[in-house]
Order: sequence, then structure tokens, then C-alpha cells
Amino acid sequence: MAEYFTLFISAVLINNFVLTKFLGLCIFFGISKNLSASVGMGMAVTSVMTMSSILAWLLYFFILEPFHLTFLTTITFVVLTASFVQLLELVIKKQAPALYNMWGIYLLLIATNCIVLAVPLLNVENSYSLLKSIVFAIGSGLGFALAIILMASLREKLAYANVPKPLQGIGVAFLLAGMLSLAFLGFSGMKI
Amino acid sequence: MEIAIMIVVVLTGICAFFGLVLALADRKFAMEVNPLIKEVEDVLPKGQCGACGFAGCAKYAEAVVERDDVPPNLCVPGKAAVAAKVAELTGKKAAATEPHYAHLKCRGTQTAAVAAMNYQGVPDCAAAKLIQGGPKACKFGCIGFGNCVRACPFGALSMGEDGLPVVDKDICTGCGKCVSTCPQHIMELVTFTAPVEVNCSSHDKGPAARKKCTNACLGCGMCMRNCSHEPKAIKLEKFLAVVDQKICADCQNPTCLTKCPTGAINALTGLKPQEKTA
Repeated sequence: MAEYFTLFISAVLINNFVLTKFLGLCIFFGISKNLSASVGMGMAVTSVMTMSSILAWLLYFFILEPFHLTFLTTITFVVLTASFVQLLELVIKKQAPALYNMWGIYLLLIATNCIVLAVPLLNVENSYSLLKSIVFAIGSGLGFALAIILMASLREKLAYANVPKPLQGIGVAFLLAGMLSLAFLGFSGMKI
Repeated sequence: MEIAIMIVVVLTGICAFFGLVLALADRKFAMEVNPLIKEVEDVLPKGQCGACGFAGCAKYAEAVVERDDVPPNLCVPGKAAVAAKVAELTGKKAAATEPHYAHLKCRGTQTAAVAAMNYQGVPDCAAAKLIQGGPKACKFGCIGFGNCVRACPFGALSMGEDGLPVVDKDICTGCGKCVSTCPQHIMELVTFTAPVEVNCSSHDKGPAARKKCTNACLGCGMCMRNCSHEPKAIKLEKFLAVVDQKICADCQNPTCLTKCPTGAINALTGLKPQEKTA
């Protein structure tokens, strides 16, 4: 149990994908302008990541490894995540229109997101068990959600600040992200 | 060689599998979308202003096609031309919409309005209003931090030199974004035919209003008494003259403009009072 907890906490805080591994920065800057959108994005990424890492795990350990084709991992995972996101979009559009209205526009952005690809890859690289992969994926997703929600809250406040003209918009967002990242560096000293 | 064949087989297999799943899902979860919606959406101006009451142009297009109770003339920025096209596409009847533009009911310029404090906070009208109702002595007038300017999706508003927003009537589509954004509720939509308007929103009593702003409406009723219409188009409400634009619309002789002691009532269309014949 402790093992899973460690994995989870380290995925959320210590190895936060956005702020310490610098993955998924495109949506981190793209969708962090307002809080409600970033919450939607965080939820969408978490759920897509969890489901696609289950599929990826099955694909890797039941097809790629038995046939000694592990060097195809990356390319098959790209295909897998991209088509899985498409499939999910089709399904929720029909089955859960309310959810679709909330997630719809973010879902397709995830199709080409590096975090969604990185998590399944790290899962198989570390040969995690299925349960561990799921925990790791949920942790990473929540870590991403935490980062993007923090960023969005900061940027909402920033709208009222008197930012120098050359820094307005994405410039000051980069500075903020750097400071957030420095703050998260503090977690790397945590021993659990 | 064997590996090469395996790669081809496995990759094609996986891709074909996902392709098949997607194709099946597309069939199974197909959503019937009325092609008319797209056509209507193409006609709309895409300002995404929400003046129609829907969340953006696409939503309005969907609603106007699918629902019978949604009239085709809700698009304010599109004016009559778009309403006619939407009506034609959807087979609904377009009632004529009269074009409007946004108008500021305040002339409390930096020189005219007395400041009550030196506000150094966030340059945002809503934020400034939280502190004793705003930095100016007059608590009804324009705060002047330009929330309306930022809210305008068409760039029709700009901040004037005198600290009041200026509406460009040619660009303004009358969507009403500024009207709903203004924390003082002093922007209003007026028709292009409206001849006069009282450019003040102060409900302060005459002497108090004058002390706070040299351009204020004192509520003296001079304009009301000089109104050439019967019944009068101008009424006094809590020390403020209010013009009923419906009565005013076809006015040819705005005699109400002649006697205002502070010049708070103004002509909007350039109409001038004629010499009294009798």
C-alpha cells in the first residue's frame, strides 16, 4: 500500500510532469487563461491518461512484448492515444452531451499532448504492474491538473495587475511558470 | 527479414484495428447534424458577442434552425441584413429590427467631475466602485477605467482624452456588451433616430449634483417645461430628467435643448431647435 502511496505522491508533487519534467507545456499555457477551463482540462487529461495507460499497458504486455517488438512502443502508443481520444470524443458526444459540452474542445487538444504519451511510456519503461500504472496515471493527471489550476488562478489575478507592456500576455506567463517550477523544486527534497 | 515482416504485420494490424474501431464508433455514435445549421452559422457575423442570448454564434445557429420559438432576428450586430438571410434560410419571418448603438449617459469628464479621492488601486471600474462607490464625488457617473472598452468585441469603444469612453457609431453594432459590463449601468442602447438624450445619470438633488459635477442634470425640469410634445416626452425621476425616446423619435423641433442650465441634455443627431414662430 505504502508503495502505491509513494508512487502517487511522487507523480503529483515531486515529479510533477508540467513543473519538473516540462511536459505538456502547450496546453499548460494555452488553456490556463481562466479557471473553469483549466479545471475542465485537468479533468479531461486525468481521465484520458488513466484510460489510455490501461490500454497501452495491455497492448505492451500482451502484444509487443510476446512478439519482441518493444522497439515499436513509441509509435504504437502514438497511434493508440490519438485514436483513443477520437473514440472517446465520439462516445461522449453521443452518450454524455453535458460532459461533451464541458470537455469537447479540450479533448481533441489532448490527442497530440506529450503527457498523455509520456505516462504510458514511463509505465512500461519502469515495468509497472497494471494497478501501479493506473495509480501513476491518476497521480500524473492530478499533478497536471494541480499545475494548470494554480497557473490559471495566478493568471486570473494577473489580469488586474499592471504588467509592463513587453511582458503582457504569454511573456509574464512564462515568468510565472518559472517561479511555480522553482517552488515545486522544493518538493524534490521530500523523502517518502 | 522476419522481424521486418513482423513490424509490418503488427503495425498494420494495430492501425487497422484502431481504424476499424473508429469507423464503427463513427457509425454507431453518429450524430445527425442538420446542414442548415452550418449555413446559418456562416451568415452570422462571428463576433461571439452573445447579444442573441445564446453562447456564441454556433449555438444561436443551432437554436434558430432546430427550435420554432427562436426568431431569426436575434442577431443584433448583424442588423437587418443578417436577420433577412437567416429568415430566408430557416423559412421564418423576420420582423424589422431597428439598429441601436451604445451611448454613455454621463458627461463627467476629468475637468467637470470633482474627484473625491486619489484612487491608486486596480484600474478596473468594478474594482474601483467597491471603494465608496468610485473615486469621483458623483457616485452615479462614469468611473472611467474603461471596462466597457475592454468588453467591446468589435473595438467600437475607445477611451477619450477627457476620461470618458467614446463610442464609434459606425463600428458599434448595438450588441449591448458594454451595457451589461458597466458597473454604473450608465451605458444604454439608443436608436439612430433618437434626437435628444440627457447625458447624466445622477439622482443627487440639484445643488449637490452641481457641486459634484458642472455638467450634471440638476433635475430643474426646464427641459420638461420646454418640450414641444404633448404629452411631454421628458419626465423627472428622482431629480433626473428622463427622455422617452418613443415619443421623441419624430421630433423636428427639440425646444427642450434651449434652456438647460448645465447643458446636460444634448442633441444626438445634430437636430437644432428652430426659432419659435409664435
